[in-house]
Amino acid sequence: MTVATITADFTAAPRDDSPARRALRRLVHRRGAMFGLGCVVFFILVAILAGVLAPYDPLQTSWSAVRKAPSAAHWFGTDEIGRDVLSRVIYGARASLLAGLVSVSIALALGVPIGLVAGYVGGFTDGLISRVVDAMLACPFLILAIALAAFLGPSLTNAMIAIGISATPIFVRLTRAQVLAVKVEDYVEAARAVGNSHWRIALRHVLPNVLPPLIVQATLATAAAIIAEASLSFLGLGQQPPAPSWGSMLNTAKNYVDNAPWMAVWPGLSIFMVVLSFNLLGDGLRDALDPRHV
Amino acid sequence: MFDFLVKRLATLVPTLFFVSVLIFGLQQLLPGDPAVILAGEDRDPNVVAYLRAKLHLDEPLPIRYFYWVDGVFHGDLGESQRIQKPVLDLIVEKLPVTIELAFLAMLIALAIGIPAGIISAVKKDSLWDYGANVVALWGLSTPNFWLGILLILLFSVALGWLPASGYVSPFVDLKANLAAMIMPAFVLGNAIAAVLMRHTRSAMLQVLNADYVRTARAKGLVERTVVLKHALRNALIPVITLGALEFGTLLSGAVLTEQVFTIPGFGKLIVDAVFNRDYAVVQGVVLCTATAYISLNLFADLAYFLANPRLRG
Repeated sequence: MTVATITADFTAAPRDDSPARRALRRLVHRRGAMFGLGCVVFFILVAILAGVLAPYDPLQTSWSAVRKAPSAAHWFGTDEIGRDVLSRVIYGARASLLAGLVSVSIALALGVPIGLVAGYVGGFTDGLISRVVDAMLACPFLILAIALAAFLGPSLTNAMIAIGISATPIFVRLTRAQVLAVKVEDYVEAARAVGNSHWRIALRHVLPNVLPPLIVQATLATAAAIIAEASLSFLGLGQQPPAPSWGSMLNTAKNYVDNAPWMAVWPGLSIFMVVLSFNLLGDGLRDALDPRHV
Repeated sequence: MFDFLVKRLATLVPTLFFVSVLIFGLQQLLPGDPAVILAGEDRDPNVVAYLRAKLHLDEPLPIRYFYWVDGVFHGDLGESQRIQKPVLDLIVEKLPVTIELAFLAMLIALAIGIPAGIISAVKKDSLWDYGANVVALWGLSTPNFWLGILLILLFSVALGWLPASGYVSPFVDLKANLAAMIMPAFVLGNAIAAVLMRHTRSAMLQVLNADYVRTARAKGLVERTVVLKHALRNALIPVITLGALEFGTLLSGAVLTEQVFTIPGFGKLIVDAVFNRDYAVVQGVVLCTATAYISLNLFADLAYFLANPRLRG
């Protein structure tokens, strides 16, 4: 094949056939992933527009409306001190999504650079980082988060920090593994041969090529972080009363399960839906970004 | 085998060292003077002075770490400030309850996850496959404390079949024990069943396309024999070892499940300790959990090594 034919073949390829566009096309054809994406967007809108959507103030108590069953006035019923459950579920979306976003951002901000250094530098640095990561992974995720939250003190901010730190080792390990695979590729060798600095190679040539699995992991980790925040709030270590959070609402609801079951149904269903959506989206992204997985 | 064991144990030493540093380091997160905080609300000067001496707080950090590790090696994980009992005794007292819960949960997970994974792989792209995948997604996305509340609502409040909470030792009344444990065990096993189902499906799909399975079919064996005798045996090796790694999920889940069903186990111990600012107990529980997890990891690796002839060379 001559140079001319090769050029002709490349120019004949559709302009929009980049790997990103191909992945996007595969993602759009996955109904589960699209359903997940739709739900995630819905919950984000609910969280942003909570002030407009909520029919009542989520903190407003009413002694004349204690534990009222769902009705036209209170679609999801009221809680043990007469607060509107629907309004609290709507505002609770803020705590959950914020926890998911902030925790995963912390884990990414810490995990990706550390993993990049471990994989790229190798040797003693890699060994040291890997052993610290092994040590962190030896402590089950939620138990480590509980311990951190206990020592930092109970609050939503500390819960997010605790979840973020507990989720970091997974990102370190994943980034390191990807970097080890990418750094021996020909284009990295070529970048080194033309005299690029290590920083430039790591940031401009290695990092962009390890992003796809990190995006998938970040989506799945968001689901895990939302469950973890709900778990910590359920235990009383996350969002503090009276501020609404789905986990703390369930903690209260378990004491009234026999005479006010609606208090437990809606916050739990919300956690389930949002976590399911992120899991579906994560599965779809994995299939779209890594066709070999399918 | 011996070389593998030595290599594996050699990597454990630095891991255990960093685990100990991490857990010791937790105490340093406490704002202010640890002795004052650990002394509780009364802040009795005598207790503060006692704690200061006991924790060697006037010594430099590395020396304090050395004292702490030395204590751990001698079985001294500290003392519960609230119950005034050694932390190790408390853990030994509560651990059997959680082990029973974890064992029952794993049985349920295996009983659901492995058959569902097999059916899903054998009937790939059928309604059974989609159904099993939906069940797996349900298991992975349901917060177990919510599932626990829903089961209490159904089986305790509405039907009155099972107790909503409490624990009876199996040595006192086995029937009452199982009645109290079946719901928490199902709640805990639910998420693991989903993970096992996915692993089994994936392993079975790989194995079902292998040459030896094709040969077994070509010999005219019944499909059931091909699946259960030839394919499953090989597919189960990675599944069982991966299942052992789900121990961490079991322990994390036990913390919440024990809280919902008021079971006096390991999980409830750490939650009660957190609220009573019983930091030595929190550290002790995390240390025991991590050690157990590392040990199980080692056993899983050994089991995989022994089960896989290619690794043995």
